[in-house]
Amino acid sequence: MSNPLGTDTATGRRSRGASPVGGAAPATAPATAPATPRAAVRRRGRGKTRLEIAVLSGPAIIMFLAFVVFPVALAAYYGFYRWHGYGAPTDWVGLNNYRLILTDHAFQQVLRHSFLIMVLSLLIQGPLAIALALLLNQRIRGRSLIRVLIFVPYVISEVVVGTGWSLMLQSNGALNDLLRSSGLGFLQADWLSNPKLAIWTLIGIVSWKYIGFAVILMLAGLQSIPDELFEAAQIDGASYWQIQRRITLPLLGPTIRIWAFLSIIGSLQLFDLVYIIWGPYVSGTAGTSTMAIYMVAQGRNAGNYGYGNAIAVVMFLISLVVALLYQRFVLRRDLQGAVTEGVS
Amino acid sequence: MSATAAGSWLSPTAEPNTPVDRSGRRDTPQKWGNPFTYFVALLFIGVCVAPVLYIVVGGFRTNSQITTNPAALPHPWVAGNYAAVLRSTTFWGEFANSVIVALASTAGIVVLGLMVSFVIARYDFRLKGAMYSLFAAGLMFPMVIAITPLYIVIKDLGLIDNLLGVIVPQIAFGLPMTVIILVPFLRAIPNEIEEATAIDGASRLGFFFRMVIPLSLPGVVTVGILAFVGSWNNYVLPLYVLNAQANFTLPLGVQAFSSQYSTDTAKVLAFTSLAMLPALVVFSVFEKRIVGGLTGAVKG
Repeated sequence: MSNPLGTDTATGRRSRGASPVGGAAPATAPATAPATPRAAVRRRGRGKTRLEIAVLSGPAIIMFLAFVVFPVALAAYYGFYRWHGYGAPTDWVGLNNYRLILTDHAFQQVLRHSFLIMVLSLLIQGPLAIALALLLNQRIRGRSLIRVLIFVPYVISEVVVGTGWSLMLQSNGALNDLLRSSGLGFLQADWLSNPKLAIWTLIGIVSWKYIGFAVILMLAGLQSIPDELFEAAQIDGASYWQIQRRITLPLLGPTIRIWAFLSIIGSLQLFDLVYIIWGPYVSGTAGTSTMAIYMVAQGRNAGNYGYGNAIAVVMFLISLVVALLYQRFVLRRDLQGAVTEGVS
Repeated sequence: MSATAAGSWLSPTAEPNTPVDRSGRRDTPQKWGNPFTYFVALLFIGVCVAPVLYIVVGGFRTNSQITTNPAALPHPWVAGNYAAVLRSTTFWGEFANSVIVALASTAGIVVLGLMVSFVIARYDFRLKGAMYSLFAAGLMFPMVIAITPLYIVIKDLGLIDNLLGVIVPQIAFGLPMTVIILVPFLRAIPNEIEEATAIDGASRLGFFFRMVIPLSLPGVVTVGILAFVGSWNNYVLPLYVLNAQANFTLPLGVQAFSSQYSTDTAKVLAFTSLAMLPALVVFSVFEKRIVGGLTGAVKG
């Protein structure tokens, strides 16, 4: 804009353009020039702008309401019925399904499993991912290759992971064979069907599958911390550990908190892996069943769709409460950016 | 799915100053650094990759090899399992279904997501905040929760056993993360560019087609890859919607194959490896471009 020639051509074009007020702006006032076209666009007619908004956002909003919001609302509605999935639900039972959930021992059991998975995912993956990210954030060769490789378990599908692990963990599978041949035969176990062990196997597989995601997030978080801070601290004579404790971890806080949030929501909804490795029935006896598995087992497999939907609603409410509490007490500062940015 | 979604919602803010220019500046006189670091890195990579390698390598063994010695290397290597899978019409049929579903879902997510994100990012109107919150809240609705009623909606639309019955809901469920990634991206396009196009006599829609689409390409690539990989791996929805084997996508195919040929472990392993390959390749090829694209994005 400081170049007078540039200003001239710009204003000249503007007056030839479609903008009605463009010609009125004098070429001698380049400072006001940037504001003018916006005003022009605004004045071009509210109706047109509204039409643009409707055309551009309409399809996405309709899709979203029809296939995301509406089914969730429908789940809440079906939750008030005893219904076996044929025809319209007619047997209104009020809150009976929910009363049933409160006293259902099987549900309490799957709830315990889900919370155990949630807590242990945080406790296992969190510290390990931070440590690995700190380590991998150093100047080492092949960093991008390392990034791709540790993402592999996360990128491949749950079906592949489930199929692969269930083959390896069979009682005559590769893991037990490996233990036997390396002299650790006493560690051999029935990883998948021993009810005392299976839930820990599941937690191990979950950690394996999702830790790469945590590491990558932490790495990204670490790399957004300016180098100058570390250099300054080094000049001040801080040791490596002091730097990590006083600078890195606090500045990594937002990343850690958002990762934890995603991990919590993901754990509460865990379905695919359990369904593929154990299936809806075996997971019940092996003690690995989760809330989502129980929901599908009750709804689709046993035909109690009303009850299944009530479980879905409870799952949703639990996730919502956890999410709201977490946002209220932990994430407030971090999400402020994400949410208000969209509104401002 | 939801984790993928929301994870990448961070990336535009977290990743812009990741490798590319940095590694170039830092590592020019390549230093090797601490051997301990390499040891731990190798160990971790080993843990991550070994089970996947077991699946891939296992496909090169015979069933008798696997039974007598489950944890050994192939001896000799046999290509028969892979060849058999690659010759089977079942595999290619399911492969084609997966490709169709993934491409259509990706296209839908990108097009609809870009349009609505543009509105949220660059228009001023009263319901803007509500619109953003609506999509942001969508991150909390994973498909599993709504699967039964979703199934009923799809059934009422007559889309059971139809690939559209998978594609359409996948687009709807893919929108939240797309909006959350693209809105900050589109907002970062400097106003000067919009003004310049306005000066050139272009309408806001002209701005959208001429400037926004090319400038937001890196963000679109990110969203597109995540949508593709998410669709490729989706299991719950096809499980409900697709009943006939001819309509299966690969995740269902893997499961059907492994229960049908449960005694032919080697072939199951070969089938499984081939099924995961495309998502893995797409992701590995574009991983750098995702990060590099975000680095080179226009900043406001």
